[in-house]
Amino acid sequence: MDLDFVIACAPLFAASAWLTVSLAFWGIALSLALGLLAALAGYYRVPILRRAAGAYIELARNTPLMIQLFFLYYGLPRLGILLEGRTCAVIGLTFLGGAYMAEAFRGGLTAVGRTQIEAGLSLGLNRVQLLRHVILPQALAVAIPVICATAIFLMKETSVFSIVALPDLMYLAKDLLKEGHSTESNLMLVLSYLVIILPVSLLFAWLERRARFAGFGS
Amino acid sequence: MLDSALSIFVAGRNLARLWEGLEITLWISLASVGLSIAFGVPFGLVMASGRRFWPKILRLYLEAVRVVPVLVLLFLFYYTLSSAFSVNLSAYVVSVLVFTIWGAAEMSDLVRASVTSLPAHQRESGRALGLTGRQVDLYVVVPQAVRRLLPGVINLTTRMIKTTPFVFFINIPDLMKVGQQIVEVAGMRNHLASVWVYGFIFLVYFAICYPVSLFSRHLEGRWQS
Amino acid sequence: MNDTDNQPGPAGGGNGARVLRIRDLVKSFGERRILDGISLDVSQGEVLVVIGPSGCGKSTLLRCLNGLEPIDSGEIELKGEVITRPGTDWNRVRQRVGMVFQNYELFPHLNVLGNVLLGPVKVQRRKRPEAERDALSWLERVGLADRASSFPRQLSGGQKQRVAIVRALTMSPEIMLFDEVTASLDPEMVREVLDVMLGLARQGLTMIIVTHEMAFARAVADRIIFMDEGAIVEQSAPDGFFESPESERARRFLNIFEFSEKRRE
Repeated sequence: MDLDFVIACAPLFAASAWLTVSLAFWGIALSLALGLLAALAGYYRVPILRRAAGAYIELARNTPLMIQLFFLYYGLPRLGILLEGRTCAVIGLTFLGGAYMAEAFRGGLTAVGRTQIEAGLSLGLNRVQLLRHVILPQALAVAIPVICATAIFLMKETSVFSIVALPDLMYLAKDLLKEGHSTESNLMLVLSYLVIILPVSLLFAWLERRARFAGFGS
Repeated sequence: MLDSALSIFVAGRNLARLWEGLEITLWISLASVGLSIAFGVPFGLVMASGRRFWPKILRLYLEAVRVVPVLVLLFLFYYTLSSAFSVNLSAYVVSVLVFTIWGAAEMSDLVRASVTSLPAHQRESGRALGLTGRQVDLYVVVPQAVRRLLPGVINLTTRMIKTTPFVFFINIPDLMKVGQQIVEVAGMRNHLASVWVYGFIFLVYFAICYPVSLFSRHLEGRWQS
Repeated sequence: MNDTDNQPGPAGGGNGARVLRIRDLVKSFGERRILDGISLDVSQGEVLVVIGPSGCGKSTLLRCLNGLEPIDSGEIELKGEVITRPGTDWNRVRQRVGMVFQNYELFPHLNVLGNVLLGPVKVQRRKRPEAERDALSWLERVGLADRASSFPRQLSGGQKQRVAIVRALTMSPEIMLFDEVTASLDPEMVREVLDVMLGLARQGLTMIIVTHEMAFARAVADRIIFMDEGAIVEQSAPDGFFESPESERARRFLNIFEFSEKRRE
């Protein structure tokens, strides 16, 4: 083990890890928004949008992120749409994640009983109020475990971002490999991902436990 | 427009090469799924067994695998194993090995969940009918557990197929790698080569995974009990 | 909303002013006709109890009155305003018609006060402090003042149902609908809910109650409506109905009831 090498490389890993974290953050945040919209289009049976959302969900869930990114980064510029690597990464992750989040929300929405909606209607709530105050809070509570699992899944999917020429952790590790010290650099690679994913995964486990304790059973 | 697309796929052995790439993708996927089941089922049964020591070890293995991206595992095994322990494994062996390590962990969790989700009274009512413990396992537990398990296993297959493009990183000529090579050559003359080739590969993955997902959902719907 | 609307009516219920007028109400589910030409008037302060065998359409009748079920034909008038025309703003109507369900349907993610305040604050846009005072005084009257910050899962069935009643009442409805509100309760909790309803009836609240509690029906009703197969078979004062029902079908229904009552003892 070459400690000097480890110390020298630490800032590089920190920078790459930060890139991974920020891209994952935006990808997950936008996935949640896109997923919620897609799920609501299905839930309210919005005529055309509903089919579009359904087709999108199937396309995104049944193809690998890598090919989605290849198409965005190498295909689209030839059609006149030039995207930066970071933008591609966030769009790709959102495209993939939105579909999984939509499924998570859909599960939550269908778990809200018909009679709960009737109770809300009986109070004179309009559609927006009903969604905001009755349906969404309950749907979210049901969907949280799946949302958390999906978020972790998306964080791990960021590992392919080097194919769109982003200097992420994998890119750095591959780069350092050329200079030898493969054991040290690989160790730091694993360590970096642990530092990123482990706290989030523990936080989610805690969140899920809390959501369960606050269980709604009537 | 269409001419430019056709010219790529007809040129040289391009279509045949894509097919060979797909074969590699599928072979790696299927071999990994098969081995994942072979290891995952006993692991899962041990996890559901309620013993003290081994379930904890397996749980640790599962969580450890889950917290690291599969691509990182692939990288580690391919480069670190070869350099640190001077074991020289082919990229194919390493990819199947790593995907199995991941798949067996996921599989064991599916098995554990499907066995433990069986209500206790199912077992008890079997015993009440006078069946022996082994008969209860055979006629009551196994059929129901398999039904609960099957959609998840089929799902794992599509997840595996969507994970195999990672072998691109260790230079296995799978569908992705072949596609990239074709684009590199054809892209010089054909402006839209990347659109056609990557679009095509996108659709190939979809054409494989979508029917499988539909089948899994169909089973889930039919066996929901 | 006019405050005088909720002033106690004369004892014995019904001071003449008509709150609800139903004419020839028809409702079908597919081929099955659930309501087959119902006509009914309810006057201010009157307590109507609707009884009848299960599947006779009594719950559907209530659900039609606040628009949870669209009707096929007929007319419903609330205080002189026809509410069955196309384009009716049901959100506005539902603020005037309170409904309590068999399974409480409290919102599990809100505490008791949150459940009770949702309507007044979000729908009626009342000021929160004032609505809260109102809500707390209602909770106090049903004996739940100390549970204001509890969540539904921490309450017993009877407590939940009392909260559900308060939730509807704080909207100051002109009429209250009770749909088998004790049917899901453990026997020892039925009484506390019925007592609250009896109190409301004495204060002159206009109510339509669907129930299987015959003794309660007799005690609380100004008028009994007996329904069978989607139609009103008989309507009369409670004592008369329970002692000497006019129709054969009502007699048979009450008989079955007494038999099962005796068997249970």
